[in-house]
Amino acid sequence: MNLRRFALIAVPYIWLLALFLIPFIIVFKISLSDTALSIPPYTPTLKDGFAALISQLDFENFTFLASDDLYWKAYLSSLRIALVSTILTLLVGYPIAYGMARAPEEWRATLMMLVILPFWTSFLIRVYAWMGILSNEGLLNQLLMGMGLTSEPLQILNTNTAVYIGIVYTYLPFMILPIYAALDRLDESLNEAAEDLGCSRMQAFWLVTIPLSRNGIVAGSFLVFIPALGEFVIPSLLGGSGTLMIGKVLWEEFFNNRDWPVASAVAVILLLILIIPIILFQRNQQKQAEAEQ
Amino acid sequence: MKRMTWFNVTSLTLGFAFLYLPMIILVIYSFNASKLVTVWAGFSTRWYGELLQNEAFLNAAWVTIKVAVISSSIATVLGTMAAYVLVRGGRFMGRTLFSGMIYAPLVMPEVITGLSLLLLFIGIGLDRGVLTIVLAHTTFSMCYVSVVVSSRLVSFDRSLEEAALDLGSSPWEAFRLVTLPIIAPAVISGWLLAFTLSLDDLVIASFTAGPSATTLPIKIFSAVRLGVSPEINALSTIMIAIVTVGVITASLVSKHSSLRAQEDARAAERPAT
Amino acid sequence: MSPTVFAPWNNPEEKPLIRFENVTKKFGEFVAIDDLSLDIYAQEFFALLGPSGCGKTTMMRMLAGFETPTTGRIELAGQDIAQVPPNKRAVNMMFQSYALFPHLSIWDNIAFGLRRDKMPKDAIEARVAEMLKLTRLEKFARRKPHQISGGQRQRVALARSLAKAPKLLLLDEPLGALDKKLRQDTQFELMDIQESTGTTFVIVTHDQEEAMTVASRVAVMDEGRIIQVATPAEIYEAPNSVYVADFIGDVNIIEARTKAVGAEQYHLDWADGQAPLTATSALPFSEGQQAHLAIRPEKIRITTERPEDAPNALQGKVLDIAYLGNLSTYHVELPGGQVIKAQTANTRRIARRDITWEDPVWISWSATAGVLLAQ
Repeated sequence: MNLRRFALIAVPYIWLLALFLIPFIIVFKISLSDTALSIPPYTPTLKDGFAALISQLDFENFTFLASDDLYWKAYLSSLRIALVSTILTLLVGYPIAYGMARAPEEWRATLMMLVILPFWTSFLIRVYAWMGILSNEGLLNQLLMGMGLTSEPLQILNTNTAVYIGIVYTYLPFMILPIYAALDRLDESLNEAAEDLGCSRMQAFWLVTIPLSRNGIVAGSFLVFIPALGEFVIPSLLGGSGTLMIGKVLWEEFFNNRDWPVASAVAVILLLILIIPIILFQRNQQKQAEAEQ
Repeated sequence: MKRMTWFNVTSLTLGFAFLYLPMIILVIYSFNASKLVTVWAGFSTRWYGELLQNEAFLNAAWVTIKVAVISSSIATVLGTMAAYVLVRGGRFMGRTLFSGMIYAPLVMPEVITGLSLLLLFIGIGLDRGVLTIVLAHTTFSMCYVSVVVSSRLVSFDRSLEEAALDLGSSPWEAFRLVTLPIIAPAVISGWLLAFTLSLDDLVIASFTAGPSATTLPIKIFSAVRLGVSPEINALSTIMIAIVTVGVITASLVSKHSSLRAQEDARAAERPAT
Repeated sequence: MSPTVFAPWNNPEEKPLIRFENVTKKFGEFVAIDDLSLDIYAQEFFALLGPSGCGKTTMMRMLAGFETPTTGRIELAGQDIAQVPPNKRAVNMMFQSYALFPHLSIWDNIAFGLRRDKMPKDAIEARVAEMLKLTRLEKFARRKPHQISGGQRQRVALARSLAKAPKLLLLDEPLGALDKKLRQDTQFELMDIQESTGTTFVIVTHDQEEAMTVASRVAVMDEGRIIQVATPAEIYEAPNSVYVADFIGDVNIIEARTKAVGAEQYHLDWADGQAPLTATSALPFSEGQQAHLAIRPEKIRITTERPEDAPNALQGKVLDIAYLGNLSTYHVELPGGQVIKAQTANTRRIARRDITWEDPVWISWSATAGVLLAQ
């Protein structure tokens, strides 16, 4: 029985150690190595012996990242794009979640399914769908020109605007679901009590509905913000050459420049940036779990 | 009594239009006869035909499905074990690290996961191919499985297991005969989730795939980088159709079984005749 | 206090605070309130009593402003309130679920309504302090609703709805979530607070004991209509229908045909081969009319010998005895098969009880003990 328990714990544990933690340590180690024109393209490697391994490690790659403003700009621009699109997703998602929570009981399961369905559809395809709509000859420009709103096609594809649209579109379910869950739990009589005590509908919304769906808002925002920060597919398909996002930079360092140490250093810093929102998110989830008990 | 105001109706209509219009447009244009994807030139299934002739896509699709089935099956076993350890495992050395490793991949940017796994595979000299993609996909999807299963285990009445033990089953029998049937729906949805994640994944597969094995998303990505293509529209339509049919079937099945359960409950309340 | 009894409903000069005038409320096809008229007077403690689905909650929600009547009008102090939204009405409601704002402290919950009125800060503080004192919650002001007990939550809900000093306070099953003992204590507290603040209370309940305890008048409702409005004592002693008699407390109903035998005196033929019963009634009954005699179990005597002076005496056999501690209820089966309940106070120890199962006994009651009902 004890052997069985040991195996039960050990198998997933060892798997995760070998394929999650150790790879990370390797990334960290390579970020401290030097670039070399060999395979693998960095030194020192394990073949050089452990002492050499430790003594030859340095922070050169990080100093390089700090000195080249491309990287600073990429981090800042990733943060900005993630933040703006999180806010946009909230503005789009809240009314939908609110409408769902207020919809007749018998519709809600269907509405839920309709929100979740896109999530099962390929992410890549959902991003791709917008390429045809947003391009210069695309449907949106055809529509705008047909209505006489613009005579020249608007350049939307390959701009940050297209990236915002892409992020809002693909991450919308992550925002809607936690907010809907919070609103669905909300007791209707609380709003009535607020009105009974002298609130207008609007005041009751601000003073009761919003504060009580706060946990849903926070959870949804993190669920959008965290993956958007490291996003690669959306900026590379919808963004332009001017769209700087760190996921894209990392990809290019690795695949195009074959600079593994710098790519690793980029990854380590991205991880450090992500730790703060991840911890905040964890706190929020914990608080919510406690409040439910 | 809840009221549907015009505001709620409008926001729902616009919201769902936003979610679905792009995909509907994609589906419509997959039947466009013209090579120019933005100009409508009549109905045609030509691109479906060409797609079926395209060996590269068919090969990639086969690799993708193979990877998805294998990795999601292993991930379901490992993820269920991990969930059981997290919820019922009690205390053991390194428990915090273990739960950290379960939750971290969920928030980890894919580029980092992909990069780190690639560096590992190169470090130990493992050739990149189907095996490396399976290992990579299993690792991140087992974490999703374990989250889905553990949320079911948490709400599971522990006294059911204790009753089984009390009636003389061994712990393994208690798991197999009592726990597993009850958490089965969560295990199945965990498998489906892992399967979809694997089918969907572009970034991690790009890092871990070698020249010998290319998955469908990698193929699609390199095609659409060059712009919109009618063949990809057709391929997308097929994938959307499969997902839609799958999800609707699943929801009908679960609705049917919950209706059955309600009927059974009603039948149970009637006096026996 | 003046020595006169508080009974504004008997004074034709008195203007009602609330007037329902031919109010009908439909939800789709379903008629929740059916052409209902009712007056409620200032400072009353008025109870709407009925089974669930009888329309009592709909009436309360119409007073609060969450529903509007389909036809008819509702006046508050002479003003039609149909067009006044809930937040502009001098009416406050205590919700069945209490509806305390979980994100606000007890203090902020009570101050919530006052803040909406743009009351100056010190006035709010004084009023909240007063409410906390009234409901004995001073110690809990800083806590959140989930950090206090059910009984305390109930008092917070009361304090919050009273804080704005409404003309009318509505209480929707206010004690439903409390256990029996706490409920009884709280009933008296509610009455004290109602008296000391002079607020008009309208309470909705399905618990007839609660309505009888707290209310100055009770309206018994069924299927969207009011069956009887009267003081608790009148409702109990002089119900106007079998429905009311049966809904309030325990009752024996004997069906019979009437025969007038004097001024307000009737003989009742109730079973073939049995001597007629005697009853009095202020309401006239015609010859041979179908009627129901309603008699409370505690008004029926049970004896081993036939009592000599009783106008109504029947012989039967004890079928069952329910011992309730202070009382015992005897189920006596008459020769025709009908079962009559008779109740006696257990003033003696149980060992001295001289009637037991299967004993032949006599049950008897006076001519005025029962009420003769046409329907």
